[in-house]
Amino acid sequence: MKEVVEKIKNLKDSIGRPVKLMEVCGTHTVAIFRHGIRNVIPKDITLLSGPGCPVCVTPIKDVDVAIALSRLSNVSLTTFGDMMRVPGNKKSLFDAQAEGANIKIVYSPIDALKIAAEDKEKKIVFFATGFETTSPSVAGTLFEAEKMDIDNFYIYSAHKIVPPALKALLDSKDVRIDGLILPGHVSTIIGSRPYEFIASDYRVPSVITGFDADDILESIMMLLEQIASGRAAVEIQYKRAVKEEGNQKAVSLINEYFEPCDANWRGIGVIPRSGLTLKDKYSHRDVNKVIHIDVPEAQEPKGCQCGLVLRGVKIPTDCPLFGKACTPERPVGACMVSTEGSCAAYYKYSGVYHG
Amino acid sequence: MCLAVPSKIISIEGNRAVVDVYGAQREISILLMENELEVGDYVLVHAGFAIQKLDEEDAKERIDMIVKITAIPE
Ligand code: SF4
Repeated sequence: MKEVVEKIKNLKDSIGRPVKLMEVCGTHTVAIFRHGIRNVIPKDITLLSGPGCPVCVTPIKDVDVAIALSRLSNVSLTTFGDMMRVPGNKKSLFDAQAEGANIKIVYSPIDALKIAAEDKEKKIVFFATGFETTSPSVAGTLFEAEKMDIDNFYIYSAHKIVPPALKALLDSKDVRIDGLILPGHVSTIIGSRPYEFIASDYRVPSVITGFDADDILESIMMLLEQIASGRAAVEIQYKRAVKEEGNQKAVSLINEYFEPCDANWRGIGVIPRSGLTLKDKYSHRDVNKVIHIDVPEAQEPKGCQCGLVLRGVKIPTDCPLFGKACTPERPVGACMVSTEGSCAAYYKYSGVYHG
Repeated sequence: MCLAVPSKIISIEGNRAVVDVYGAQREISILLMENELEVGDYVLVHAGFAIQKLDEEDAKERIDMIVKITAIPE
């Protein structure tokens, strides 16, 4: 590891100007803090956090719809635990559950399907959130639901796709990004090809990265090598889990059940073709087609800078509410909720943060 | 949320498998796997599904490392 750190220093010296890298994935944000990466690399390499936490980018409206569904007497809402504390317009799923709404936390969408098989009286709705890492599991569960004819299983899709969000980020030109640390497990599914445009259209170096300390340092070194030599390519550091072609079976399952749709990213706005909706063929699984829910439009909480944080324009500590009105116990914005949200990670590790 | 855990296959039955995750056993789906799996293989597990087969040597080394780190008494 020492050698890599040494190499990073030398490369940085030869580049001769400050370098800004962005990690897209929330799991990387946390790993970078936990491994103390900022303490071993040169100070003028800035690591920014990007829009890569699915919990943080799920819009208020989706949370409100999920809450409204959970209050219907013929519905049982199932969700990943991460979504429970996300603030909606007025309440979170936890609040709704405390008030008696029917909400169950599951570890896998398959567990939600099991609930549906056992409780035929109710419509079991799975609140489907997550990036390409997660959408194949939901597609796989739909496959089982079809095969086993479990017709009271529905999903509410809030799935998001990563590459269009990166394109929006690069188009916005809010921040100059010298290199991208690309997500590991999203790429396990989609491979490296969907990122090619980053190199060909934007000339920005990028590296698909694993989650251990040596993975992240090696990836920073690979990015600096590209910057120093004026190259821009999509490289894979996390070779043990990511193939160039990804997991084709998982991708084809996603494509069997879902198609891209425009999607709203909390704090960022609508990004074209960055979400997944069920195909017409499977509309009998789409809760939107079975139950009509109307929720009022909602505003982001006053003062919350999540949108700027998610785009890398500001860091969490720039937000006036950070650590004061907004803490993990009482989150104002979504970035403070998930342990992988930038604000929550900065809060937890602020004692060791020297950047 | 995109966390995936390296796990070792203990038994396989159709599309389901039992894996060992740091000493705990759990049932998962192997529906998303492209190639046949064998008992003893290492896979990455996310939300109850194996999402990729891992290179065995590497996976073993890293799991051993984690087990060692977490086994150090406080
Ligand atoms: S500290 Fe809280 S209010 Fe400020 S940007 Fe982060 S989540 Fe939003």
